[in-house]
Amino acid sequence: MPADALKCKECSTTYPLEARYVCDRCFGPLEVAYTAPQSSAAELKRRIQAGPHTLWRYADFLPLEGTPRSALPTGFTPLVKADRLAERLGLGELWVKNETANPTHSFKDRVVAVALARAQELGFQTIACASTGNLANAVAAHSAAAGLPSYVLIPADLEEAKILATGAYGANVVAIKGNYDAVNRLCTELAGDRDDWAFVNVNLRPYYAEGSKTLAFEIAEQLGWELPDRVVAPVASGSLFTKIARAFEEWIDCGLLEGEVPKMNGAQAAGCSPVAQAFEAGTAVCRPVKPDTIAKSLAIGNPADGPYAVELAQRTGGGVDAVSDGEIRAGIRMLAETTGIFTETAGGVTAAVLAKLAQRGDIDPSERVVLCITGDGLKTIDAVRGSFEVTEIEPKVSEFDAAFAGAAA
Amino acid sequence: MATVKLPTQLRDAAGGATEAQASGSTVAEVLESLYGEHGELRERLSDGDGGLRRFVNVYLRGEDIRFLDGLETQVGDTDELTILPAVAGG
Repeated sequence: MPADALKCKECSTTYPLEARYVCDRCFGPLEVAYTAPQSSAAELKRRIQAGPHTLWRYADFLPLEGTPRSALPTGFTPLVKADRLAERLGLGELWVKNETANPTHSFKDRVVAVALARAQELGFQTIACASTGNLANAVAAHSAAAGLPSYVLIPADLEEAKILATGAYGANVVAIKGNYDAVNRLCTELAGDRDDWAFVNVNLRPYYAEGSKTLAFEIAEQLGWELPDRVVAPVASGSLFTKIARAFEEWIDCGLLEGEVPKMNGAQAAGCSPVAQAFEAGTAVCRPVKPDTIAKSLAIGNPADGPYAVELAQRTGGGVDAVSDGEIRAGIRMLAETTGIFTETAGGVTAAVLAKLAQRGDIDPSERVVLCITGDGLKTIDAVRGSFEVTEIEPKVSEFDAAFAGAAA
Repeated sequence: MATVKLPTQLRDAAGGATEAQASGSTVAEVLESLYGEHGELRERLSDGDGGLRRFVNVYLRGEDIRFLDGLETQVGDTDELTILPAVAGG
């Protein structure tokens, strides 16, 4: 399925496949357009199955010219059947897509792998990004593996673990005194002037965004080339959420999957919920907000793909819901207790929204549901501080027995 | 007169300039005077219905005008307006 152009999502103007992200005519976002695949579904499937156990097995559906390789293998993360969580929530069939198993422990490794591969094809020598943390880790690691210098711009108040896990790779870490939207604005200005730098989520954005599709390709392949009925995924900018659906559409169109795009449920934190508010109000216009939430990786107050996320939720019979910081902490705990997967605050948001949908009776027990857990709990360790007690004793059997008198020997 | 900083995508419609001077006491008036000077900018930025296209962001002294009074936000003589395309984050 060769990529043939960049195309404006608003006015359909096309541009060559270069480092460009916005339509000159109307400022709409550009997206990669493909020509229909020449191969049959059987041939496409055979090629995927013969591919590496990384996201490059889906290279036929990615906007790269050559055979892509990366020094840091990414993707092909586990899809875990979550029977205990399903039972707790009264659901039938529930799966967790465990993106913490990526090299830097979040789904951002996917988008960076694709953006970096395209940046190298286009001849860029310096990699940069505006990040809420997970992207910073991924850009730093993948750039280091590729031997390229990187500049990572983050809000100054980011979680310490995310800052440390970026600098560790030798990246240039630039902390901006402002929120993520200010960082994003600065990077947009910088990208205009430094056109020899690849800002993965600004001037390389159309390629970057395509990387998210591989998460959905894996879900379908891991379900035995079948579609789920419902997907619950976090919404920050709205890019991952909309690309999951796009991936399913592409595979339905080329005959790899039968059925319809799943109901798409987006998850936001109440302290930064411009997309959930727009969905609730029945409008695609997302009014920007000033974020105030522990889910910093979702703290984008001005989500550029927000309108498309709302339209997708409406079109598929899904929705976009928001949960409080307390619900986020409970969501982290619930997922950890029932699946053994410890997620960061963004995953707490997603798990909490799943619980909310279940409690509201929105999910039929016959549905096959996939919960997308996009990042690792070790990145936002403060979120669980004080959520349990540690028993401290002298190294004596008697003290142990006294402390756990009720526990079976 | 206020200074309007133009993103790379708009510079060809303004004779290659990176910024322009424009007069007006509100954001709407400043943009109107900018359109008077560079007619093509109107088509690129305006939704044709008195508003801005949905992926156009305008900042006054670094603050998104949607947090202020939108197009009716008051603009001082030495103020700086920045026009940027909306870019999704990550």
